Amino acid sequence: MTRLLYRIGDVTLHTLDQAGRMALMLARSMVAILRPPYDPFSIVRQIHFIGVRSLLVIVVSGLFTGMVLALQFYNTLDRFGSMDMLGSTTALALIRELGPVMAALMVVARAGSAMCAEIGIMRTSEQIDALECMGIDPHRFLIAPKIIAGVLSVPILTSIFDVVGIIGGYLVGVVIFGLSEGAYFDSMAAGVEWNDVAMGLYKSLLFGLVITWIATAKGYFLHLERGGAFGAEGVSRVTTDAVVLSAIAILFGDYLIGAVML
Amino acid sequence: MGNRAQTAPDPVVQVRDLVVCYGEREILKGIDLEIRRGEVMVVMGGSGSGKSTFLRTLLGLKAPSHGQVEVLGHNIHTADRRTRLALRRQMGVAFQGGALLSSLSVGENVRLPLRAHTRLDENTMRIMTRLKLELVNLAGFEDMMPAELSGGMVKRAAFARAVVMDPKLLFFDEPSAGLDPVTSAELDELILRLRDAMKTTIVVVTHELESAFKIADRISVLGEGRVLMTGSVEAVRNSDDERIQNLLNRRPRDAVLDGDAYLRRLTGTDA
Ligand SMILES: Nc1ncnc2c1ncn2[C@@H]1O[C@H](COP(=O)(O)OP(=O)(O)OP(=O)(O)O)[C@@H](O)[C@H]1O
Ligand SMILES: [Mg+2]
Repeated sequence: MTRLLYRIGDVTLHTLDQAGRMALMLARSMVAILRPPYDPFSIVRQIHFIGVRSLLVIVVSGLFTGMVLALQFYNTLDRFGSMDMLGSTTALALIRELGPVMAALMVVARAGSAMCAEIGIMRTSEQIDALECMGIDPHRFLIAPKIIAGVLSVPILTSIFDVVGIIGGYLVGVVIFGLSEGAYFDSMAAGVEWNDVAMGLYKSLLFGLVITWIATAKGYFLHLERGGAFGAEGVSRVTTDAVVLSAIAILFGDYLIGAVML
Repeated sequence: MGNRAQTAPDPVVQVRDLVVCYGEREILKGIDLEIRRGEVMVVMGGSGSGKSTFLRTLLGLKAPSHGQVEVLGHNIHTADRRTRLALRRQMGVAFQGGALLSSLSVGENVRLPLRAHTRLDENTMRIMTRLKLELVNLAGFEDMMPAELSGGMVKRAAFARAVVMDPKLLFFDEPSAGLDPVTSAELDELILRLRDAMKTTIVVVTHELESAFKIADRISVLGEGRVLMTGSVEAVRNSDDERIQNLLNRRPRDAVLDGDAYLRRLTGTDA
C-alpha cells in the first residue's frame, strides 16, 4: 500500500517536473523567437523539412477524407431530401474539424516523430552539449526555427488538406452521384462563414505549435527521462512517447477550442 | 616580473571537494584539483573511473551535488548566463565522440563558433576554417558531412572546431583514442605547440599512457572516485601506490586468481 502511494507520488512529481521543464524550454525558445537575429535559412530548411515530408500524405488523406465525408453525408441528407446541402456540410466538417485535426495528425506521424528523433540523437551524441560549450543557445539555434516552421506550415498544410478534401467531396457528390456542380459549390459559398475559417485557422496554428513543442522537448530532455533513457533505445522510446502525447494533445485541444468558440 | 609569473602561475581551474552523482550512484567522491595557467594537465584513470563525468562537471554541463568548480575565477555552475557565456567563449572543447553537428558539413562545424561570436566576413572565416583543418590534416574535407568521415577524422575535425577561436582553455576527452599511432603522435605535437605558442592551458582526459607521458606537465590519476595522486610525470611513474602501478603496467585488478575461483565466478556457484 505504501509502495503504491510512493509510486503514485513519484510519477506525479516526475510529471510535474517534466511539464515545468517543457514550459521553461518553450518560454526560452519564445524569447529567442521574439528577439533578433534570425536565421532565415534554417527556418526555410525546417519548413521544407515539414512540408516535403508531409505534403503527399496530406494530399492523399485529404482526398479520401473528403470522399468518405461526402459519401456519408450524401446518404444521410438523401433521407431528408436535402442533398443540395452536401457542399456546405462537407466543407464545414473539413474546415472546422477534420482538416486541422487530420492534417496535424499526419504532420505528427511524418515530421514530428523525425524531429523528435533528430533532437534526441543530438542529445545522446553530446551535440547539444557541444553547442552549449560553444556559447550557442540551443533554444535559438535548434528549437526556435522548428517552432516557427511548425506554426507556419501546419496552417498551410491544413488549407491544402481542406481544398483537396473539398475536391474529393466534389468527385463523390457531383461526378459519381450526379449532383449539380452549381448546387455543390453554391451551398458551400452560402454555408461557410468567416467564423468557420477562423476556427480552423486558430486550431491549426495551435496544433503547429503543440506538435513542434512536444517533439522537440521530448528529444531535448531525453537524458532526464524517468528511469533514464540512453542511446538508440532511448531515442525510439521518446519518439513513440512524443507521437502519442501529440495525438492526445491535438484531440484534446480540438475539443477545447471547439467548446470555447461555439 | 615575468619570472615570478612563471614560478607561481595562478590557477585557471580550481576544483574543491567535488562530489558528483548519477541518481543515487556517487561517481566522484570528493575531488580537489588545481589547473595552472599554461600547463598541460592530463587526467588519467581506467575506463569508467569518471573521467568524462569529471570533464562534464568542469564544463558546467553536469551539476555537482557538493563542492565547486572555479574557471578563470568564476564558479561555472552558479555564474549568471552572461558570465557563463563569457567564460565559454574562452574555452574550447573536443568531446569523446566528437559531437560534430550532424546536419552541418565539416567546414560549417568548424566555422560555427566564428559565426556565433565574431563579425568576420565569409571569406576570412573560410580561410580560418581551412587553416584549422589543415592543422589536423583534414584539408579538402571541408564539404563532407560528419557521417561520411571515419571515427578518427571526426575526432580531428572536433579538435579543429575546439581551437578555431584560439581559446585560453582547452579540454580534450580522449584525443588519441581510436587514432592510428602517427595521427595520434601528430595530435600530441599539436597540443604541445598550442601550449608553447599560444600559452593555452590544456586539460586532456585520457587512458593512453604513452601520449599522457609525452604531453603532460602534470598528471592527475583518478581512481575509485578520488584523486589518487597529482604530480609530475616522473612522480607518477615512480609512485609506489599499487593502483597507479596497476594502471601503468596494464595489470588486471586481480591478477592472482586461482583456477577454481575463476570457474566458480563464471558459473556463478558459490561452492
Ligand atoms: N548519463 C549517465 N547516467 C548514469 N550513469 C552514468 C552516466 N554517464 C556515465 N555514467 C556512469 O558513470 C561512470 C563513469 O563514467 P565516465 O563516462 O565518466 O567514465 P570514463 O572514465 O570517461 O570512461 P571511459 O574511459 O570509458 O571514457 C560509469 O560507471 C558510468 O556507468
Ligand atoms: Mg570517457
